[in-house]
Amino acid sequence: MKSTDASNRTDRVNAPDAAKRSATMKGSARMKRALPSVLLHAALILGAVLTLTPLGWMVAASFMPTGEANSFPPRFLPSQPTLTHYVDLFTRTHLARNFLNSAFVSILATLLSVTFNGMAGYAFAKLRFGGRDKIFRLLTLALVVPGQVGMLPLFLLLRQMGFVNTYVGVLVPFLASVLGIFLIRQYVLGVPDELLDAARVDGAGEFQLFLRVVVPVIKPILVTLAAFTFLSAWNDFLWPLIILSDGGKYTLPVALANLTGEHVQDTELMMAGSVLTVLPALLVFLMFQRAYVRGIMAGSVKQ
Amino acid sequence: MTPAASRQQSRAAWVFVGPALALIAILFFLPVLAGLLLALTDFDIYAIGSTSNARFVGLRNFQQVLHDPDFLTALRNTLYYVIVGGPLSVLTSLGAALLLNARMVRLRGLFRTIYFAPVVTTLVAVAIVWRYLYHPKYGLLNYVMGWIGIAPIDWLGNPHWAMPAIILLSIWKNFGYNMLIFVAGLQAISQDLYEAAGIDGAGAWKRFVHVTLPGLAPTFLFVSVTTMIGFFQLFAEPYIMTQGGPLKSTTTLVLLMYQEGFRWWRMGIASTLAVVLLLATLVGTLLQLRLQRGRAQ
Repeated sequence: MKSTDASNRTDRVNAPDAAKRSATMKGSARMKRALPSVLLHAALILGAVLTLTPLGWMVAASFMPTGEANSFPPRFLPSQPTLTHYVDLFTRTHLARNFLNSAFVSILATLLSVTFNGMAGYAFAKLRFGGRDKIFRLLTLALVVPGQVGMLPLFLLLRQMGFVNTYVGVLVPFLASVLGIFLIRQYVLGVPDELLDAARVDGAGEFQLFLRVVVPVIKPILVTLAAFTFLSAWNDFLWPLIILSDGGKYTLPVALANLTGEHVQDTELMMAGSVLTVLPALLVFLMFQRAYVRGIMAGSVKQ
Repeated sequence: MTPAASRQQSRAAWVFVGPALALIAILFFLPVLAGLLLALTDFDIYAIGSTSNARFVGLRNFQQVLHDPDFLTALRNTLYYVIVGGPLSVLTSLGAALLLNARMVRLRGLFRTIYFAPVVTTLVAVAIVWRYLYHPKYGLLNYVMGWIGIAPIDWLGNPHWAMPAIILLSIWKNFGYNMLIFVAGLQAISQDLYEAAGIDGAGAWKRFVHVTLPGLAPTFLFVSVTTMIGFFQLFAEPYIMTQGGPLKSTTTLVLLMYQEGFRWWRMGIASTLAVVLLLATLVGTLLQLRLQRGRAQ
C-alpha cells in the first residue's frame, strides 16, 4: 500500500517533465523509460541466479550418480537422476534418527519459548509489579554480551546437574530469551488497556484474561516468535556440538558436520544430507514468511 | 486500582515473569558472571575432575594469551573478517535493498523471498555445499571464473584466499537479513524530501547522496552494530570448511575458544578468550556509536 502511494506521488512530480519530452520525441522517451527498467530487472535476475546457484547445485548434485559431482567440466544437472543417495542416507547412516532428534528438539524449544517469553513479555508490557523497569533495563544488558562468555560455565553447570548429552541440555539456550521477551512486550504495548480492563470488570482473573483475551489478540507475534525459535533451534550448531557427545543424540547439523569427516569424498551423499537439513528450514520459512519478516522489522525499528 | 487489586496483579505478574526471569538468571547471567571469574583461574582438565584443583591466577591468563602467537593470529583473522567482511556484507544488503525498492520492480515479493532464502538455511549444510563449490578442480566457482579467463584459485587451500572465501560465503548467507531492514528504512524516508530535492533540480545521484543516505543513517547504525557483533562470533564456517587452516589463516577467536575449552579442556584460557571477544565487541560497538552518531542526528 505504502509503496504504491509513494510511487504515485513521485510520478506526479515527474509528470510535466515527462509530458514535455513525450510531446517532442515520443519514441526515444519510451526508450529512456524502458532502458532503466531492463537494466534494473537484469540486475535483479542476475542477483537471483547468484543467490540460488549454490542451493540449486546442492539439489542437483544430490540426484547425480556417484562421482558425477566431481567431474570436469562441472555438471549443473544430473545425467541420470537417481535417488540412491537418499536411500543411502536412511540405510547407511543414522541421519533419519538425527532428523527426528532435530525435529523433536526444535518443536519443544518452540513451545517452551513461546510459553515462557509470551507470558513474561505480556507482564512486562501490561502488568504492574515492583522493580519492573529496573529488571527490564538489566535485561537489555544481555543483548551486547556474546553468548560464548557464559557458554563454558553453563556447560560445567549442566555437567554438575547431569544434563550433558541430554535433550534438556540442548534445549537450555532456547527456553527463555531476552530478545523473545522484547519482541512480545513491544507488540503487547500496542494492545489497548480498555480491552483488558473490560475483561477485568467482567470478573476475569489474570490468567483467564491472558488465555482468553490476550493470547488471541497477540497471536501474530506469538507465531513470529515461534518461527524464529524453530529456525534458530533447527540451525544451531555450536551449542549442540558442545553439549552432545553421543551420535544417537546428535541434531542434524552436528551429525552432518560429523559425516563430512567420514564421507568427504562422497559428494553426492553429502549433498543429499544437506538437502535433508536445509529443506525443512526453507519450508518453515516459506510457510511463515510474513510472520518471520515481521519479527525482523520489529527488531530493527526499535533502535 | 484498589490496593487489593494492585497486590493481586503484582502477584500474578510475578507468576508470569518468574519462570522466564529465573531461566535467564540461571542460564545466562549467572554463567556470564562465572565466565568472567573463570577467566581469572587456571581451570583445566584436572579441575573438571575436582573443582578444588582450580586456582585463582589473577590476570595471568591474559598475559599468557597476549604472548601466544595462535591467539594473535586468531585475533587478527577475526578482525580481518569483521572489518572487511562486515562492511562488504552491509553494502551488498544496501545494494539489494535499493534494487528491490526501485519504483518499477515487477515480482518484488518473489525477488525478496529468493534473496532472503540463504538466511534461513542451515549454516553447517551450506558451508559443506560451498566447500565443494570452492573445489580447485571440480568446483563451480573456478569453472565459471574460467569463462572470463581467471585462472583457477585454490580457495580453501591457500592461506591468502581462505578468509576471502569464507567472507564470500558469509555475504551470500547473510545479506538478505540486512536487506529487509534497509528496505524498511528506505520506505520510512519521507517522499516530501525527494519531491523537494527534485524541485531543486537534484538528479538521481544527488538525491541518493543528500536524501537517501542521510535518511538511512539510523538504519546504518543499527545494521552495522548488529552485523559486527554477529561477525565477531565466526565459528561454523572455518570449523566445517578449513578447520582453521591453512596455516591457521582462518582460525578465529571462537574457534580457538572451542578448541581450548572443549578439545583440551583448558577452561580458564578458553574463558579468557571469551572475555577478549566480549571486550572486542564492546569496543567495536562504542566506536561505531561514536563514529556514526554524529551522522545519525
